[in-house]
Amino acid sequence: MNNLNERGHARRKWINRIMLVLSGTAAAIAILILALILGYAMIRGISYLNLTLLTQAARPVGETGGGMRNEIFGTLILIALGSIIALPIGLLAGVYLAEYANPKVAATIRFTADILAGVPSIVVGVFVYAIMVIPMHSYSAISGGVALAIIMVPVVARTAEESLRLVPASMREAALALGITRWRAVIGVVIPGAMTGIITGIMLAVARIAGETAPLLFTALGSSFGLQGLMKPIGSLSLLIYHYALSPYKSQQQQAWAGAFLLIVLVLGISIVVRWVSNRKQF
Amino acid sequence: MEEKINVMIQNMVKEDNQNKPGLGNSGDTKGILEVQNLSAWYGKTLAIKNISMSIRSNAIMAIIGPSGCGKSTFIRCLNRMHEVSHGGRTEGCIMLDGKDIYARDADPVVIRRRIGMVFQKPAPFPTMSVFDNVAAGLKLTQFWSRRWELEEVVERSLRQAALWDEVKDKLNQSGASLSGGQQQRLCIARAIAVQPEIILLDEPCSALDPASTLKIEDLMRSLVTQYSIVIVTHNMQQAARVSDMAGFFLADQDRAGILIEYGKTSQLFTNPTDKRTEDYITGRFG
Repeated sequence: MNNLNERGHARRKWINRIMLVLSGTAAAIAILILALILGYAMIRGISYLNLTLLTQAARPVGETGGGMRNEIFGTLILIALGSIIALPIGLLAGVYLAEYANPKVAATIRFTADILAGVPSIVVGVFVYAIMVIPMHSYSAISGGVALAIIMVPVVARTAEESLRLVPASMREAALALGITRWRAVIGVVIPGAMTGIITGIMLAVARIAGETAPLLFTALGSSFGLQGLMKPIGSLSLLIYHYALSPYKSQQQQAWAGAFLLIVLVLGISIVVRWVSNRKQF
Repeated sequence: MEEKINVMIQNMVKEDNQNKPGLGNSGDTKGILEVQNLSAWYGKTLAIKNISMSIRSNAIMAIIGPSGCGKSTFIRCLNRMHEVSHGGRTEGCIMLDGKDIYARDADPVVIRRRIGMVFQKPAPFPTMSVFDNVAAGLKLTQFWSRRWELEEVVERSLRQAALWDEVKDKLNQSGASLSGGQQQRLCIARAIAVQPEIILLDEPCSALDPASTLKIEDLMRSLVTQYSIVIVTHNMQQAARVSDMAGFFLADQDRAGILIEYGKTSQLFTNPTDKRTEDYITGRFG
């Protein structure tokens, strides 16, 4: 009896060890892949990075020099366009969900938003192509902005809602008990209390769209001339990487690596700011 | 002689209680609340049943009773905060200066302006400074206010709340940086800054230490010259110390709160008419 027990114990110990090794390996592989992607892209990218790349516009193949100034600028323009459209909608939707909607309506909207957040971004691109690019007979910066906005809205709305919900109900009651109307209480008391969470959500959404390529292929198309008007195509870093990486020319492939490096730095930078903002606690 | 006067006062109070609105309009009716057959629900659960009482101006009215007897629900009905809670619903009426605050055309925002409230847990707005906390009621109800006007109101309110000397050098610090007792007095200052007629206090001292509690009680005595005060407390000594009038609540067999006895504090505590009141104040239950 005693013997049997000990054998069982030894077996359990071995299973425990095996599971520990397996799960540890899985975790290590996940981290390794991330490190490889980041490391490889950064090492390759940094070696091709130089000042002309940042300050000059693209030149035709064969000419020396040329850079991606216009694409960097284009990425920022597209982020700005997406944010201008998505932030008011997303934030107001978040406020509505957290403060006004009755539970049933809120659950429906929340479910819809979560599905929208899960829609593959290429589908969003095709959708905007159908409703904007075809009727306007042109690829355009604004349709790229709309496509990015559609991706941003659910992220912003849900994070805003979550952080508004974290503000204690006692704050709302205290404000209402002073004879403050509902919307003034939301603006003056609840939103300031949720500010760090809301900013975190916005930054996350920006980081998410900064590297999007698929929705831009059908909308902003890409261009090496920078902003020529909202109704004209515009380039972005992600589109540049896509086009140059497939190019047969060595110089363009190198620029794609450099572009990938810049994009990683941009997204990483945003993530670091997010960590910094969200670590400052409120309540 | 003294006894005679006491009896006279009691009779006066009784008369006061029996006054129906519209009849007893002798003199200043400001700050008088007449509660008539008030019932309140949370969803389908009846929380208080058929409560009628009149609340005098410039007096402290204490509501006592064991936990779960609807004291807080009752006081939250008095400035229409009950309906803010999920599923909160009321029936009956509460007359403020002869007008039903639950009438169709009554605006809860205006009513809460006239009947202020301080909650159990000190709840200063953590994102605001001490100054902004006190000014919040004015700042967030008007579109703009002059700085000097706000300064005047803030100083006056903090002085009334006996907090000015302690915070006058840190008006720009966060309201959350004060001690618990100071935070609660800050909340009282915030409530009186909008110049209500009645102040409702929902167990304002239950989260505070004895020294802070004493300060708030002194504060109530000084405020009662200008405001009517209704306080919910489960501390009977506190009710006996500060209040002029007292109402005893108890949950009935359906677990809904009912008003057992209401009268002058001295009478309710020394010579209660109802057996249940006597059992409660002598500590036999609750």
